[in-house]
Formats: sequence, structure tokens, C-alpha cells
Amino acid sequence: MSQKKNRMNQKYNYYVNNVAPKPKYISNCIKAFFTGGTVCIIGFILQKWIQSKGLDQKTASSIVIMILIFSAQFLTGLGVFDDIVKFAGAGLIVPITGFANSIVSPAMEYKKEGIVLGVGAKLFSLAGPVLVWGFSASVIIGIIYAIIT
Amino acid sequence: MDYVYVFITGGIICVIGQLLMDGTKLTPAHVLVLFVTLGAVLTGLGIYEPIVDFGKSGATVPLPGFGYSLAKGAIEGVKSDGLLGAFSGGIEATAPGVAAAVVFGYAIAVIFSPKTKK
Repeated sequence: MSQKKNRMNQKYNYYVNNVAPKPKYISNCIKAFFTGGTVCIIGFILQKWIQSKGLDQKTASSIVIMILIFSAQFLTGLGVFDDIVKFAGAGLIVPITGFANSIVSPAMEYKKEGIVLGVGAKLFSLAGPVLVWGFSASVIIGIIYAIIT
Repeated sequence: MDYVYVFITGGIICVIGQLLMDGTKLTPAHVLVLFVTLGAVLTGLGIYEPIVDFGKSGATVPLPGFGYSLAKGAIEGVKSDGLLGAFSGGIEATAPGVAAAVVFGYAIAVIFSPKTKK
């Protein structure tokens, strides 16, 4: 009985492996490389331009991040971002634009639950874990650094 | 020449993300969390700072750069305010980005409606 079940499982896995679409590793990576690189270049050009207006590096990079976040969220609002992600993959998800998108898209979907609790809570359904892990890691690193020095 | 370094660094970080998403069962959300945490840990170990020196925006615009700002802020906070700085430093350093993401994100989510899927 269990042998029969095993054989069936094996057959099933074999079938699933054959039918499930295989990711196109190489072409996906090339797309991710070029779009990701392009987003970073846009950030770099903005950074240089803002610094040329006489702002220091730290302020300039904060402004760059804010501009990138706003642009990504605006494109998400228009519904364009998802179309670009279909092509770009990680090239847009891994830069800060992906974080910005992860805030808006679940929030938009839950608008019918109200703009206070629906949108307000869903803003953090994906961004929450990122902030929790990021903040925790930074506090722990700070404490370890304080102990060492 | 800087432009080339920025492009290559940013590109490589995104390719790593793409490989994680295609090759493992990690979802994009997991990749976001992983990259931010990884950026913070690598900064704490002193590995990410040289990458930022080399790749500039190529290393700060991707999500490990967010972790980098958090960890760097916490370390600088400890230098100036002691143990309290470990709590305030990282969040202070990333406050503009986080606040912008929340405020703009909320406004846009309220104004726009999701595109109906065809």
C-alpha cells in the first residue's frame, strides 16, 4: 500500500516537474541586471545633481531615496509599475522602488475596508516585516558595537 | 567611470535577488526582508562600507543600502549618545525615507484605485 503510494507520489512529482514552467534564469538575470543598474544610475545622477546645488551627501541621498520612493509609488498608483516588474523582475523589486511598491499595492486593494483601518493597516502588510527586521538588526548591531567599544 | 561602477554594483545586487526568486521558494517579500537584514549585518561586520565606497548609489539604492543606513546610523548613534544611540541612530538615519514611503504611499493608495485586471 505504502509502496504504491510512493510510486504515485513519484509519478506525480515527475509530472509536476515537467509541466511547471521553468524560470528562464539567464534572460531574467540579464533583464534584472540592466533595469537594476539603470535605477541605480538614475539615483546616482539625481544625487550628483542635488549635491551640485550645494547640499551635503547625506541630505542629498535622503532626497534621492524620497524621489525614487515617490516615483515608484506614483507608477504603482497608475498601474504601470506591475507591468514594468513583469519585464524587470528583481531589477525593480530589489532597489528601494520595490519597498515603495510593497507599501502601496496591498493598501490600494483593501480600500473598500475603509481608509483608516483598511488602507492604514495594509500599508504595512509587506513593509512591516521589512521594518521589523531592519530596525531589530540595527538596534542589535548598535548594542553589540556599544559592548565591544 | 563612476557611472560604470554604479551600474555594475546595482546590477549585480539585483541579479542576486533574481536568482533567489527564481531558484528558491523565496517570495519577493522574503527577498526584501532578507536583503535589508543582510545589508545591516554586512555593515555591522564592516563588509558593506567598502562596497558603498566602490559602487556609490549602486550599493545605496538597492535594499541592502537601506540596511546599511540603519546599521551605520546605529553605530554612529552609539558613538555620539552611547547605548541610547543604538535605538535612535538607525531609525533617525532612515526616517526621511520611511516617513516619505508611508505618507506618499498612503496618499497614493487613497487617491488611486487598483487597475482592473483584463
